[in-house]
Amino acid sequence: MNQDYNPTELLAYVAAGLLEDNKSAFIGTGLPMIAAMLAQRTHAPHLLIIFEAGGIGPQVPVLPISVGDSRTFYRAVSASSMHDVMSVSQAGYLDYGFLGAAQIDPRGNLNTTVIGEWSHPRVRLPGSGGANDVGSLCWRTIIVMRQDRRRFVEQLDFLTTPGYLDGPGARERAGLPGGSGPYRVITQLGVYGFDEQSCRMTLLATHPGVTVDDIQANSGFELIIPAEIGTTEPPPPKIRQLLREIDPTGMVIGK
Amino acid sequence: MNVLQTGQGELIGWHDPDEHRAWVAAQKSRALKDKRTTIQEAVAEYVHDGSLIACGGFGHIRVSMTAIYEIIRQRKRDLTLCGKTAVHDSDILIAAGCVGRIEVAYAFGHELRGLSPASRRAAESGRCQIVAEISNAGYQWRFLAAAMGLPFVPTRVMLGTDTLAYSSARVVEDPFSGKPIAVLPACYPDVVLMHVHRCDRYGNSQVDGIAIEDFELARAARRLIITTEEIVDEATIRSEPWRTLIPYYLVDAVVEQPGGAHPTLMPGQYYFDEEHIGEWLRLSKTDEGAGEYFDRYVYGAADFSEYLELIGGAAQIEYLRQVELLEAPLRAPWLEDKR
Repeated sequence: MNQDYNPTELLAYVAAGLLEDNKSAFIGTGLPMIAAMLAQRTHAPHLLIIFEAGGIGPQVPVLPISVGDSRTFYRAVSASSMHDVMSVSQAGYLDYGFLGAAQIDPRGNLNTTVIGEWSHPRVRLPGSGGANDVGSLCWRTIIVMRQDRRRFVEQLDFLTTPGYLDGPGARERAGLPGGSGPYRVITQLGVYGFDEQSCRMTLLATHPGVTVDDIQANSGFELIIPAEIGTTEPPPPKIRQLLREIDPTGMVIGK
Repeated sequence: MNVLQTGQGELIGWHDPDEHRAWVAAQKSRALKDKRTTIQEAVAEYVHDGSLIACGGFGHIRVSMTAIYEIIRQRKRDLTLCGKTAVHDSDILIAAGCVGRIEVAYAFGHELRGLSPASRRAAESGRCQIVAEISNAGYQWRFLAAAMGLPFVPTRVMLGTDTLAYSSARVVEDPFSGKPIAVLPACYPDVVLMHVHRCDRYGNSQVDGIAIEDFELARAARRLIITTEEIVDEATIRSEPWRTLIPYYLVDAVVEQPGGAHPTLMPGQYYFDEEHIGEWLRLSKTDEGAGEYFDRYVYGAADFSEYLELIGGAAQIEYLRQVELLEAPLRAPWLEDKR
């Protein structure tokens, strides 16, 4: 593929584009931070960024390493607590939540706990962290992850964070907040939403140069492929320059 | 209340609220007394083999590393750790053989820096047993229940997932809405180790920046060891009482240790020491390497002040202060590997 941007820059640009001005977003380490910072520096200057350790409404100067880093409450409106931010999330104040995952299933359920059996892990991963909380409590969850057949799986090894569980109405039946759930999945190949009737993952757009065959070949489950599919817009030079300012050491964006 | 589901995780740190009240009445002094001591004495007195311990702060933020290193130095064994976003603390306590059991909200990872080689090896080989899963919000609400003297708190997280199925939580029918709701059992750690910016000799403590979950955790702790950058006069505390996060009656020991959170971040004072964390991540790829780290930085240093000399002393802390204040660029060896 002949392109002058790297794949992470594209992901950050696409993710940032989903965030709206004057809305709130629960932000995790890495790419979500870059996306939120880019959104704030472009179309969403009044995006309310919230971090799980208590940073509320910061003007993040440079990419934090951790969600508890001092940069997460730099020029913030409040340096608060986890109890506070998780409680306001539970009360419905958080519009968007960003998550990553090691595995995702067709209904947007996520695994970040273990590969293999829980009692005999082949790979032990960090666990929920705040992911289950974000996936349970935010109105719309955006998932950013790498896509291949081992990561897009029909059956998770462990269901860490709720997507639509086993289908329409399942979240509400389980007691999760009504009307919340996964909104978009962004991978290195394309952007997905969820079918309203079945709650199954649906292709919305491919990235430049990616075919529908590439999309399906890199999924371990059947994706819904509608007749009309968009193509994402590559990051323009001005955006790429902003991304370099946000992440000057290339911690997340890379070279 | 109608119980709809019972998590299969082991219930750790729970006490009947009346049992806890009786314990507080008998064991927690309300006397305004000088609690200054050394970290050697505080750890020897309050951390016992088999204790359930928890650390204040979060990940690599404001962790009482002076207490952690002392626990390793005193070769405490069979500890159970509250893995409440436990990162560097859990990684080295597990690698050193002090912690054999953990309840996990977040562990075995170093956020952007990657996974923890040492504690992952221990988890995957069974050397460290995972007793239960939980989420970050879930864990701090377990401490909130304890802080409130309640047997549990209700929440809407974890429902419908394996995180709940492998936790010690239960799902009940909410008597008001009739909807299913998760109830999280209170958790009272036997000992909590917490590093603060300043406190007085009695333990009245202030923290700058985010409190994370230390308000709740300090109140859930049965024993609370406060380590501090600085001991200030009682008058300083009383001149701005609204800044006190932790009042003295919660505190059992006060230890002054400037730089006591290194290599973790102390808000406003020093940034993560990524060179040191990177050295740990590199060495801990093997058990021998981890042993080399402990020989050099823990057993090889009589106390934390000696350790601070080994990592570069005042010059290094000054550099980390400049990084924290955005006055110097970050040096991070793991970053070079990524690029």
